[in-house]
Amino acid sequence: MKGISEDAAALLQGLTYEAIRHPVSKKISGIRDRLTGRSLKVPLITVGTSACGQGAGSLASMHRFGALIREKLPEAVLQETGCLGLCSEEPIAGIQMPGMNRLFFRNVTEANAEKLFRSLILKKKIPEDLLIGQLPESGPAEWKGIPSIDDHPFFRGQTRRIMKNFGILDPFSIEEYLARGGYLALAKALHSMTPSEVCGEIEAGGLRGRGGAGFLTGVKWKETLSNPSMRKYVICNADEGDPGTYTGRSIIESNPHRVLEGIAIAAYAVGADTAYISIRARCTTSLERLEHAIAEAGACGLTGENILDSGFSLKIHIRKSAGAFVCGEETALIRSLEGRRGMPYPRPPYPSEKGLYEKPTVVDNVETLANVPDIIRNGSGEFASLGTEKSRGTKILTVSGNIRRTGIVEVAMGTPFRTVVEDICGGIPGGKKFKALLLGGPIGSCFPDPLLDTRIDYESIREAGSAMGSGGVVVLDETNCMVNTLEYLLDFIRNESCGKCIPCREGTRHLHEIIARIARGRHTESGNDALLRFKSVIELRNLAEVIRETSLCGLGQNAPLMVLSALRFFREEFEEHVFERHCPAGVCRNLEKPS
Amino acid sequence: MKEESEIISLLKKYQPVRENLIPILLALQEKEGFLSEEILFQTARYLGLSTGKVYGVATFYNQFRFRKKGKWELRLCLGTACHVKGSGKLLEFLRNELGIQPGETTADGLFSLETAACLGVCGFAPVLSVNGTVHSSVTEEKIRNILKKIREGEKA
Repeated sequence: MKGISEDAAALLQGLTYEAIRHPVSKKISGIRDRLTGRSLKVPLITVGTSACGQGAGSLASMHRFGALIREKLPEAVLQETGCLGLCSEEPIAGIQMPGMNRLFFRNVTEANAEKLFRSLILKKKIPEDLLIGQLPESGPAEWKGIPSIDDHPFFRGQTRRIMKNFGILDPFSIEEYLARGGYLALAKALHSMTPSEVCGEIEAGGLRGRGGAGFLTGVKWKETLSNPSMRKYVICNADEGDPGTYTGRSIIESNPHRVLEGIAIAAYAVGADTAYISIRARCTTSLERLEHAIAEAGACGLTGENILDSGFSLKIHIRKSAGAFVCGEETALIRSLEGRRGMPYPRPPYPSEKGLYEKPTVVDNVETLANVPDIIRNGSGEFASLGTEKSRGTKILTVSGNIRRTGIVEVAMGTPFRTVVEDICGGIPGGKKFKALLLGGPIGSCFPDPLLDTRIDYESIREAGSAMGSGGVVVLDETNCMVNTLEYLLDFIRNESCGKCIPCREGTRHLHEIIARIARGRHTESGNDALLRFKSVIELRNLAEVIRETSLCGLGQNAPLMVLSALRFFREEFEEHVFERHCPAGVCRNLEKPS
Repeated sequence: MKEESEIISLLKKYQPVRENLIPILLALQEKEGFLSEEILFQTARYLGLSTGKVYGVATFYNQFRFRKKGKWELRLCLGTACHVKGSGKLLEFLRNELGIQPGETTADGLFSLETAACLGVCGFAPVLSVNGTVHSSVTEEKIRNILKKIREGEKA
């Protein structure tokens, strides 16, 4: 094989038909130890440079480290990594000294990078004020008296499976992924399982789609596999349009090969030879890493013709999308890949029967596919042991808004929201009161304090009148106004409604108008306006129910969820707006007369 | 006629099939900064579609723009996290400061103001992207400084 490193070539030897049936050879385990940092000879500095890190200025810190290394210690290694998940403490850097565990530091700005380098690398002294903790078992020896990052409140309550190596491995290095057992699941599937066994294993694990509806992935794959069509497709939905959600982006930026491995296994399982990844053209960091990963996997023979000598071939294409919220819906996404307006079409026929170019198609989102390699490698039992009876495994949530620690959190299904808000993310800063948690973006619903004990699994969330959605969590505190938030969310939905079906197109426009009227002051009204305002408030619930029952796709059906749940839990706040024309949070400034 | 041939040479890098419509429009927009009438005509002719179809697709997606953009593109995120952290007020501030509405460009062609549904950097809300560089946890003060720096840089 041309154009790949010696390490990669050696590690690929471990993926052959014979090799996976034998214990790992000494040579390969030696390379693994070296690449995972267990037998490090020189200091290693890693800087988290996914989009969040870059936003916090991690590129400048990296250049500073680079300059310092050139000047003081040319043998040290500088590496980019993905995101550890603790967004609010970015830029985050890791430093591993030879023979020791890796240490993680927070708030490594340009100035702090210099401080860190001078004190730790040159004087072997740990600057405690920047320390997050040490990564257990990352090196041969522990730092005495330094806490493990697993004891940090942010990481303590989490169960990191997909995110295990986030912020630790270099997303530009297929060698590092291979050294951590990457592509072993693909090798196992290709060399020892039939496609229907792969589907069966995924079904037995109970993996459900992480994009929203929560359909059993294995069942969907089986249906596609059983279709006799010669041409089938796999689509990886990385087109994240949900404000407040960046799960897919962070998985791709932190560990792109994991997604590619999941796609390859999915394609093998359903009998597809072409896969598309739909991703926003604007997500330049993700795109760059994904393109790099696909090229690497191609060079290593892990995509392309006759993968690992198994006779299975797969081409993975990136398809840049131009951004439309409704393209999270699978049928709309298929239309957009065909070069049309991304409007959904009624199901059935489901994509597993008639999808892209009228051929059977599997559409899975990034998080779902990232779960696949572990299930195949470790067996369905291990995956199914986590979570609740009907919702297995873990769920990744992106937590933002008015909360102390923002970031990406992976918890076992069944964990209560309260654990995430209060323990992992540290509650509301500044002594303010928690108001509500918005789950699932604009088409989700709100969870006030009493509902925080709801467990994070498909059934409990449905019982609470909401939908899992893609796992975006935005936290509101008492300074946020529910009416104002609702007005904002409905404006978003109204803009993003594709316009195909009337309940959604006209209904969401009316919903937005009604809420906007509530937040309007007397001084802006004339004639019958005040009467109409009341009349529309009376119609609000009825309208919401009609939209919910008659819309074509998930966008319309779930659009009124937020209105209904806000009315249920924050009725008093609405009434105060409607009757008193007063906003208790002081946000709706149009209500009061301008002085 | 120079511009026209540049469009065509870019078009020829793609197979003339409909599934390439969005990638083509994205590539042309990246090159020219916006989708001109000329681009829409040429693309439609190249793919054998009506200009209306091409325009229909282009207007469906958020990322396409049909007006020339300023030298500095300010894109304020209005995602949920940014909203609860006060991006609404920042938009008002930018409107007043630049004297333009979202989607418009200042008369001197220096700034254009855009909004985004979500830039995906929710952990640092509110965020403002300036020609693709994300500035995190922005305040009126920070934005004022950013604008000042750009203006001074342009004068020098």
